[in-house]
Amino acid sequence: MIEFEDVTKQYPDGTVAVDKLSLRIPSNQITVFVGPSGCGKTTSLRMINRTIERTSGTISIDGEDINGKDPVTLRRGIGYVIQNAGLFPHKTVVENVATVPKLLGWDKGKAHGTAMELLERVGLDVKLAERYPAQLSGGQQQRVGVARALAADPKIMLMDEPFSAVDPIVRHQLQEELLRLQRDIGKTIVFVTHDIDEAIKLGDNVAVLRVGGKLAQFAPPAELLADPADDFVRGFVGQDRGYRALTFVHPEELPLKPVPDELALKDGVPVGWKNGSADLLPLGALFKRGDSLRAALDAVLTSPTGSGVCVDDDGKAIGVIDQSTVAEALRS
Amino acid sequence: MNWIGDNLGLIWEALREHLYLAIVPVILGLIISVPLGYVATRYSWLANPLIAFGGVLYSLPSIALFIVIPAILGTKVLATINIIVALTIYTVSLLIRNVIDGLRSVPPDVRQSAIAVGYSPLHRVITVDLPIAVPVIFTGLRVVTVANISMVSVGAVIGIGGLGELFTLGFQKDFLTPVVVGVVLSLLLALCADLILVTLQRLLTPWARVATPVGEVA
Repeated sequence: MIEFEDVTKQYPDGTVAVDKLSLRIPSNQITVFVGPSGCGKTTSLRMINRTIERTSGTISIDGEDINGKDPVTLRRGIGYVIQNAGLFPHKTVVENVATVPKLLGWDKGKAHGTAMELLERVGLDVKLAERYPAQLSGGQQQRVGVARALAADPKIMLMDEPFSAVDPIVRHQLQEELLRLQRDIGKTIVFVTHDIDEAIKLGDNVAVLRVGGKLAQFAPPAELLADPADDFVRGFVGQDRGYRALTFVHPEELPLKPVPDELALKDGVPVGWKNGSADLLPLGALFKRGDSLRAALDAVLTSPTGSGVCVDDDGKAIGVIDQSTVAEALRS
Repeated sequence: MNWIGDNLGLIWEALREHLYLAIVPVILGLIISVPLGYVATRYSWLANPLIAFGGVLYSLPSIALFIVIPAILGTKVLATINIIVALTIYTVSLLIRNVIDGLRSVPPDVRQSAIAVGYSPLHRVITVDLPIAVPVIFTGLRVVTVANISMVSVGAVIGIGGLGELFTLGFQKDFLTPVVVGVVLSLLLALCADLILVTLQRLLTPWARVATPVGEVA
């Protein structure tokens, strides 16, 4: 657990970046700091590894005040990922990942062995190991950044807007991979973003900060959407929070109707809707069994026929759902 | 041509001295510039005055410096140390700008992540900042090395000038061969030194020559 107690950061010019922040970041979960620029989210994050020193208050990790530790030693025990990855341009991918193990004095063979394992773990082709960062795409660099942060198996990983600089498709992939990875590794992750959707998607807990470094609300995302603490949070969470809250509603069993004849299939996989002519109407979004109500509603709303198609893990159609069924589920 | 054959010893000695007088200041200058440049990037108010001061020093006529230095250092007018000190001053005055620019060329996110992964300050400068600054520092190193090789000859005026002494000899005897030999050898020396530096730089920075990726593939 990382605990902030009355933590304040004031710069010499008088600017208060963080104002009496108190919160408990639970272990083995993802906690997201989110807020507009100037809300002190990055400053708060960097105070955890003492790359920014706080003015007053205490930050402790598992009950130990971090001020009692040598900053360099502290940092080697905390993974760190930033926007644009911040990879060392003069070191190969594998050398980048092996950085912290080498700083900790592991022998080169062990450090490189671990680095190679991690590259695979974050979904990178090991053939990239001997390349330099400039030879990788933005998404690949960001994966190397995550691997580097995890190389010495730290308990804590700090991520400062790690996915903000990549395009939306790659960002979505990286988010999914982070969640998948976290299911395996269970680190205490503190994640900074200005994007409320990213916060809601990734966070087990979300701390919403307002300009001037004050905590507005600290809650699990479903609670944040259902019960914003004040107008600031309500405004920040956005207009369509009701719709987004459906992300956290998982109806046990939405009654499916059998696949209709109008749905064109190819080896069981839906390819479009028949409308009497040679051309098929486009499919719309698909959803899977067990997906949230938001996915089901999205499928219904985007389908040209008003029927949302449900598919199994192999992408084969197993049934459809219509507007009235979703409306029924929304009412309950 | 006979003159060359008869004076191989003399020519060789001049060449050796020329090389020594040109290269030692480059090495000394580098040793001085790097820590100085590092200090200037840590205390950034120092950087611009240092660069400006370097510019002023570099604009001093070399011949004046060769003559003034013995007076300041209390060395003999004919001591090689005078040349070494003068050229070291030139080297530092030129190189300081490149060291500062080179260290400034380290991207802020790279520096930030080097601190965050737990490099100690000195370790970071040696293994992260300086290697990344190599291309910019070497640009300066090449200029200053060639400049030094040409400037050593001026030392002949005060009697210590490597190949420059061949010029003096030629002019005194109104005899062109030693002058030509001096010019050609200076030129060759400068070319070789530059070639060695380029090769060294390529060996030190394999990362600087890599291709950039084609398209964004995650």
